[in-house]
Amino acid sequence: MSRRSLTLLKNLARNSNASCIQTRSVTYMPRPGDGSPRAVTLIPGDGIGPLVTNAVEQVMEAMHAPIYFEKYDVQGEMSRVPAEVMESIRKNKVCLKGGLKTPVGGGVSSLNVQLRKELDLFASLVNCFNLPGLPTRHENVDIVVIRENTEGEYAGLEHEVVPGVVESLKVITKFCSERIAKYAFEYAYLNNRKKVTAVHKANIMKLADGLFLESCREVAKKYPGITYNEIIVDNCCMQLVAKPEQFDVMVTPNLYGNLVANTAAGIAGGTGVMPGGNVGADHAVFEQGASAGNVGKDSIVRKNKANPVALLLSSAMMLRHLQFPSFADRLETAVKKVISEGKCRTKDLGGQSTTQEVVDAVIAKLE
Amino acid sequence: MAAFLARRLLGTSTSSSSALMSSARAFSSSTTPIKATLFPGDGIGPEIAESFKQVFTAADVAIDWDEHYVSTEVDPRTNSFLTWESLQSVLDNKVGLKGPMATPIGKGHRSLNLTLRKELNLYANVRPCYSLPGYKTRYDDVDLITIRENTEGEYSGLEHQVVKGVVESIKIITRKASMRVAEYAFLYAKTHGRKKVSAIHKANIMQKTDGLFLQCCDEVAEKYPEIEYEKVVIDNCCMMLVKNPALFDVLVMPNLYGDIISDLCAGLVGGLGLTPSCNIGEDGIALAEAVHGSAPDIAGKNLANPTALLLSGVMMLRHLKLNKQAEQIHSAIINTIAEGKYRTADLGGTSTTTEFTKAICDHL
Repeated sequence: MSRRSLTLLKNLARNSNASCIQTRSVTYMPRPGDGSPRAVTLIPGDGIGPLVTNAVEQVMEAMHAPIYFEKYDVQGEMSRVPAEVMESIRKNKVCLKGGLKTPVGGGVSSLNVQLRKELDLFASLVNCFNLPGLPTRHENVDIVVIRENTEGEYAGLEHEVVPGVVESLKVITKFCSERIAKYAFEYAYLNNRKKVTAVHKANIMKLADGLFLESCREVAKKYPGITYNEIIVDNCCMQLVAKPEQFDVMVTPNLYGNLVANTAAGIAGGTGVMPGGNVGADHAVFEQGASAGNVGKDSIVRKNKANPVALLLSSAMMLRHLQFPSFADRLETAVKKVISEGKCRTKDLGGQSTTQEVVDAVIAKLE
Repeated sequence: MAAFLARRLLGTSTSSSSALMSSARAFSSSTTPIKATLFPGDGIGPEIAESFKQVFTAADVAIDWDEHYVSTEVDPRTNSFLTWESLQSVLDNKVGLKGPMATPIGKGHRSLNLTLRKELNLYANVRPCYSLPGYKTRYDDVDLITIRENTEGEYSGLEHQVVKGVVESIKIITRKASMRVAEYAFLYAKTHGRKKVSAIHKANIMQKTDGLFLQCCDEVAEKYPEIEYEKVVIDNCCMMLVKNPALFDVLVMPNLYGDIISDLCAGLVGGLGLTPSCNIGEDGIALAEAVHGSAPDIAGKNLANPTALLLSGVMMLRHLKLNKQAEQIHSAIINTIAEGKYRTADLGGTSTTTEFTKAICDHL
């Protein structure tokens, strides 16, 4: 019951935020006894990770949010995520992390993927929307990309058949496809979204993507109030750059989800501002929504010009997940005000500010 | 716009100095016309093919067109609707142009595109995407070429059900195919005066397969030190393309990424109705094609936009080294669209196919 009212209120807050940033007149009624600060695992990560997670820490302090961070150092070059970090995440159930750099070409498997598989975070969610005050080429973008996070092309099953010939297996199971379809439709239902689009390439990969589509169709029947349609991935990318307003919630297998999420993030303002996270039945890990650029370039790290907005908005999502909606609203309002004013923006949004300047502006705008 | 056209002129004039490695055959002498195969296709295919022939005749292009149509029954020799004669014709002539073909639904035969690809061994699909001056989209400074490996990768069609509810699909990358397409990409970049080649991959996740592809690109890149070479992860690439497409020049990628990225780029410049494309095969075979659909709803109504087929024809002419005429026709098309007086319905105008064609012929 409280989860339902939570999302309704979130909706209310979002609508009021989108129109003209003003204060709400709704009171949240917490369960008695809740008040002790929650522990959240924090993984700063590589590259710009430490910069942006530090930004979140500062803002949480300034808000006196009822959470405290347990910080762990993990580098992308490590072969496995250390056991103590996994312990901590399993205990706290919620984690905030910066990007972990995956070395290209050899040897080490991606820690990001490992984390998702071990904790069974089967859904990755990115919310791509136009921020008021941020000029982009496309208007009216409000897309949520829900991507299957554990199987598909990222199964990691590769081998060399003979020298010069390599095979990679893409695995699609009914269980995972159903799970992600159910999550997508439930998300759409609880957040008052009208349409779910399944992205696939079943004209070529008839069995694999065909199975994915079958699962989506079955789940769609249980939600008659939500429109369901399907689109082939290459057409989808073309439509995204031409007419993005036609998309609402998109559910995709692993690889296509990666591409679609980054494309959608790019058209809506860039990966530096889109929030997102990975969620499973028991755990949730919040990070910058779209995966491109979450480690950043060395030049950005040196000059401290990383964009903290994405991680700040993701931490707002995390606060809602932890059932602290008013803190989430305050944080979101402050961030959106800073963006719409346009004075304090990092390089990827066309400005010149450093990370610290943006953080200070956000703290100043907190009510 | 003048600078853009000048760049294309300069780019094509350097191609005369280097020989395309696989085309040992001299394509034309001044007296004998070249033979080329033309597949008009279905739906709007015949109309735009007609339009195409008109423009090319008006430009004095000495090509003898060998027309072939898709038959209505399966030819047992090719196991598809494409006849043996058609395939032989392309193999003999070595150049062809293909309109949109609707694959009939049914079992027991291969898809037409698959037949052509396998029989002619078309290993690279080249799609130049550039903003058409005068036709405004959200992106004004697009000028890039996508080169996609066409034979293997995720489209090998090898799938099976392991147990009920679990399906596997196999992606294959071979050294041979990757080297082939990487060589073609760099050669193309060199002969067309391009400065940079970007290899698109996801080798941080698919380490062995895309890793092999990257290795091949690395090796070929070393042989062309004058061309800048970079490797971009595909999610980064998507994001950069929608934010700032001017960052890219030539892109080379495996099959699936190529499919998605080339359609994304087509979307940046105005859609598939304006996009030319050319498939390159071994032994110098080139099959240019219009990648849009057959649009059965506007077939026969003189409303179709022939631009994609015409621009593909221009690509074919460049492949045949008939650069002067290619440039002529290209400029005529660009100028007609830029002028804005004659545009077909999909570009926001009211002209018919015939009016548009006539305007192009006038501009020659």
